[in-house]
Amino acid sequence: MEFTEEQIMRYSRHIILPEVGGKGQAKINSAKVFLIGAGGLGCPVGYFLTAAGVGKIAIVDDDNVELSNLQRQIAHNVNTIGMPKVDSVKATFNALNPDVEIVPLKLRLNCDNIMDLIKDYDVVVDGSDNFPTRYMVNDACVLLGKPLVSGAVLRFEGQVTTIIPGVGHCYRCLFEEMPPEGMVPSCQEAGVLGVLPGIIGGLQAMEVLKLIIGKGDLLKESLLLFDGLKMTFRKVKVPKNPDCPVCGKNPTITKLGEYAANYCSMVKSTPPLTTH
Amino acid sequence: MEDIIPDKKLDIRGLHCPYTFVRSKLAIEAMNVGEVLEILLDFAEASNSIPKSMQDHGHKVLDVARINEKEWVILVRKDKD
Ligand SMILES: [Zn+2]
Repeated sequence: MEFTEEQIMRYSRHIILPEVGGKGQAKINSAKVFLIGAGGLGCPVGYFLTAAGVGKIAIVDDDNVELSNLQRQIAHNVNTIGMPKVDSVKATFNALNPDVEIVPLKLRLNCDNIMDLIKDYDVVVDGSDNFPTRYMVNDACVLLGKPLVSGAVLRFEGQVTTIIPGVGHCYRCLFEEMPPEGMVPSCQEAGVLGVLPGIIGGLQAMEVLKLIIGKGDLLKESLLLFDGLKMTFRKVKVPKNPDCPVCGKNPTITKLGEYAANYCSMVKSTPPLTTH
Repeated sequence: MEDIIPDKKLDIRGLHCPYTFVRSKLAIEAMNVGEVLEILLDFAEASNSIPKSMQDHGHKVLDVARINEKEWVILVRKDKD
């Protein structure tokens, strides 16, 4: 592809990297990323991917901006309180880089719409705030063979992993079933230091860009754990589980909504279980 | 070095860092391995930094010549895709 003068200037710090160059930047400019959640993780992930010039970013979230979001959700602001989060981030992202096509989707992902929504995108990024969505997204990505960059944050700790279906583990290889309700922190327990999603979201954006340019080592068979209080990163190996119910040899989940019906009803009714 | 005929010529006079290298890199990326790029520039610092960066990126710098008071010509052969 030919760059415009403005693109050469805007992306010059990418182009001079041996691992990116004009070819890598062209890949970024034509990539399509599907972002789940316009909250703590979705804001920094989308912000950096927009800055990087990703061609098209769809972002799904059905919430409106509240004042309590602003302590960590850096793409919203006092003037967008009350607005749909997806419209708020679209305005912020496009102010940074008008070339990026932002597709705001104010809706709740469910078993009936997710496959169709994500099927035309190259990478899916999970920044959702509840377990039913997290498992549904995993299963949908495995079934479609879509790369998924998953992130989660709570209090001072976060985790990131990259799922390449057919190559490495999936989320269910890691945690086969959703945690029982008593194990999930209640709303009042689910504090998060505001900068934490910035760190984890930044790592997710890094994984997405490496996936797009095809360089470096992905977290495709590992889970990266960050502890902000101890200031440590720990990378643990995650083997693919041959008996995994969705990506194993004899999967019991072959389409959304049969065995997995529990989350199909849950994603429609449950409030967020953790605060992202 | 008179016998080297460049496959492509790039005039980046008037540009400064990092665009001097950005332009050179984009030009060489679009060429085939073995082809020679001639770069004409007037940003003094780039007469040192472009050859160095081209080498770091795996290409062969064939010649750096100051052709007058403030202009240089650099010849680079693309060695790596
Ligand atoms: Zn699995």
